[in-house]
Amino acid sequence: MSTSDITVDQVVLSARNIAKSFGAVQALKGVNFDIHRGQVTTLFGENGAGKSTLMKILSGVQLPSSGELLLNGVPVHIGSTVEARELGISIIHQELSLAPNMTVRDNVFMGREIMGPMGVNFAEEERQCRALMQELEEDIDPLALVEDLRLGQQQIVEIARALSVNSNILIMDEPTSALSAAEVEVLFKVIHDLKAKGVSIVYISHHLEEALTISDHAVVLRDGQMTAYAPRADIDLDWIVRNMVGENFDLGTPPQTRFGPPALVISNLSVPMASGTGLAVDQLDLTVHKGEIVCIYGLMGAGRTELMECAAGRISPSAGDVRLNDRSVAQMSIAQRIDAGLVLVPEDRQRDGLVQTMTVGRNLSLASIRRFTRGLFTHLGAERQIIDASIKEVTVKTDGPGAPIGSLSGGNQQKVVIGKMLVTHPDVILLDEPSRGIDIGAKAEVFRILAQHAAQGMAVVYSTSEVGECLSIAHRILVMRRGKIVAQFTHDTTKEAIMAASGESLVA
Amino acid sequence: MTDTTTSHSGAKPQRSFNIAQMLLEGRAFFALIAIILVFSYLSPNYATVSNFLIMSNHVAIFGLLAIGMLLVILNGGIDLSVGSVLGLTGVFSGYLMQGVQLEGAGVILYPPVWVVIVLTLALGAFVGFCNGVLIAWFKVPAFVATLGSLYVARGVALLMTNGLTYNNLSGDALLGNTGFDWLGFNRIAGVPVGVIVLVIVALLAAILLMRTAFGRWLYASGGNERAAELSGVPVKRVQITVYMLSGLCAAIAGLVLSSQLTSAGPTAGTTYELTAIAAVVVGGASMMGGRGTVQGTLLGAFVIGFLSDGLVIVGVSSYWQTVFTGAVIVLAVMLNSIQYGGKGARR
Repeated sequence: MSTSDITVDQVVLSARNIAKSFGAVQALKGVNFDIHRGQVTTLFGENGAGKSTLMKILSGVQLPSSGELLLNGVPVHIGSTVEARELGISIIHQELSLAPNMTVRDNVFMGREIMGPMGVNFAEEERQCRALMQELEEDIDPLALVEDLRLGQQQIVEIARALSVNSNILIMDEPTSALSAAEVEVLFKVIHDLKAKGVSIVYISHHLEEALTISDHAVVLRDGQMTAYAPRADIDLDWIVRNMVGENFDLGTPPQTRFGPPALVISNLSVPMASGTGLAVDQLDLTVHKGEIVCIYGLMGAGRTELMECAAGRISPSAGDVRLNDRSVAQMSIAQRIDAGLVLVPEDRQRDGLVQTMTVGRNLSLASIRRFTRGLFTHLGAERQIIDASIKEVTVKTDGPGAPIGSLSGGNQQKVVIGKMLVTHPDVILLDEPSRGIDIGAKAEVFRILAQHAAQGMAVVYSTSEVGECLSIAHRILVMRRGKIVAQFTHDTTKEAIMAASGESLVA
Repeated sequence: MTDTTTSHSGAKPQRSFNIAQMLLEGRAFFALIAIILVFSYLSPNYATVSNFLIMSNHVAIFGLLAIGMLLVILNGGIDLSVGSVLGLTGVFSGYLMQGVQLEGAGVILYPPVWVVIVLTLALGAFVGFCNGVLIAWFKVPAFVATLGSLYVARGVALLMTNGLTYNNLSGDALLGNTGFDWLGFNRIAGVPVGVIVLVIVALLAAILLMRTAFGRWLYASGGNERAAELSGVPVKRVQITVYMLSGLCAAIAGLVLSSQLTSAGPTAGTTYELTAIAAVVVGGASMMGGRGTVQGTLLGAFVIGFLSDGLVIVGVSSYWQTVFTGAVIVLAVMLNSIQYGGKGARR
């Protein structure tokens, strides 16, 4: 490799015993690792493993609760993104932070405009911007509006912005999740060039194989701890998965049930992308029977969320049909679908699942208000019964129904969101990443609850981006990619097979 | 009161925290007590039953607007049009009381008072409905939509009277439309009817919020609209309804005010929307939606009303009243953010 010169193995930034807790939740528990000059250090880990927290600490968004960061061997305090930038550390977030209504030039120099005697010196900015783009060998006009660029090009603009402040450490959080294969190729070429210039890169990706092709060092996080750290030569895909997932934590097995008639039939369903171009769900067919548990595995942006939100009535399809118990739900509102027995547990519980201003009890009863309304008025006794039954059923640990929802841990909050939907006695429950951001114990409990309901005849569909969770309670595992189901497995498959099916064609 | 807190904090930190907490949560109530105590000390005329009733009659107008405003603010919105709707509905009722001339038939209809009241309330609800539809279906920000209807309603009121005031609202016994001034002048068991109307509306609103599905929908959609929607709450219908209820409250206030004054002027109620918002905020509601109570809002309305009337009684210049009211509002919002900021620590 061309980068192997004298600077190899020089550590630029190292993390020593970094710990971070949010209230009672420990997101990071003493993480150590080094970033080497001119090399790519890749962070592997499942959702909730602590990757993004670690990145936020490195880039100054958050301060660690304990531990220290050494920059070139000297302890540094990174209190803000501005301080991080001054130290040469830049981060490119998964969600791009560009102003789409402004030009490439304005975005690159945002916040650090070059001032001339007559205000901003646009000509100089444009010249520097053009030089940067030439350096990146990208043909992007500095005067083009960012919103007119393709996503891959926007990523390049982010990189250009990071380079324009002479960053020598560049953190990339899931940079390829929205890119086409060709754009990924361009990005990887840029990464190689950056390495040659001595820029150190911290790379985060869910896409293991892709990430392996550019990694020089791998760091694996699991539940806030660093479980492994090794140079590229010593690792392979198996090693990563083993360290990411951990040794067989039991998330349950598929319940032995006889399937009933089809409960949910999705046929030829297409859902347009939120951005307006292309399809998030592409002519998809799916049948789920009563008592069956189906897991949908896929990378971010594969269309899982859109599929579920469309079935639940949050977004409307451009084509196709959703039938519940052989009845079309196309004309039904969300409330009517809940009454008919089709419910969704959304992916983002803070944004879509909980009402933070209400108590635990009122959150639990929110989806069944009609059931405890007698005439004009709500019946507090009937509500109390529903709440108590629900707290018991999903085993929420709380001081009582009157406790504020924010007093619960993430896992218990998730149980409230699930419990809220279960008390409506649905026939089909869709869960979008039900295990996101909750600890392994709560995860196991959520899966136990779902398996129990499936055994009683409920159809369960859950999505996940953690391959370990596919091989738990699901009878059937579907792999989704680009809005289509590309592979189907039964419970006796392997993690490797599922992962291989989800990946996109590898970069040459 | 401050002294008590500090002396305790020295000795028993745990207990003083609780007292501070209690003072914080019941702040509108304690503020009202403090206002009454201070003004009773400053003026012998303040703490008399008759003065309290007079002041309450003033508060009734703001209180009615504030209750409607509370519903809107609970939903996470704002209704700037209530002052104008108050003016418009007052003028409209005055217009009806003068008799409606049917050009084609050549007759003048004098609707009885109850018809006037029903039509006026319907007008208020209609303006609110327009606001709600603009906001819920056409996605116009609440601030802008209701700012627009603030102007439109005021303009229509001015057009209807050509800028003049309807002075004769007492009706004529021969025409069978007397009794309009009953709302503003009469007393039942010594209590002005306006105050009784306020109490009834407040009770209805409290029941609506605490004991009906609609109330729960309102708190939920104000707290987190997306979560409420996914839980089957008809968020758009809730949104439109709260603006209708706010318009309805403004119309009730318009009727009470024009009855109190026995005249209906097109400029009545100018800037009252701000007082109503202030009352809601002083009453501890969160401008972000989802938090607030009717009792709090009533307390807020009384704090503002008793404060400004008290300042008049002790002879403070009306300019200073404005300064004081402003200071109270800012203080209240500051305390609100302390209360909710501490609790709702987000993760």
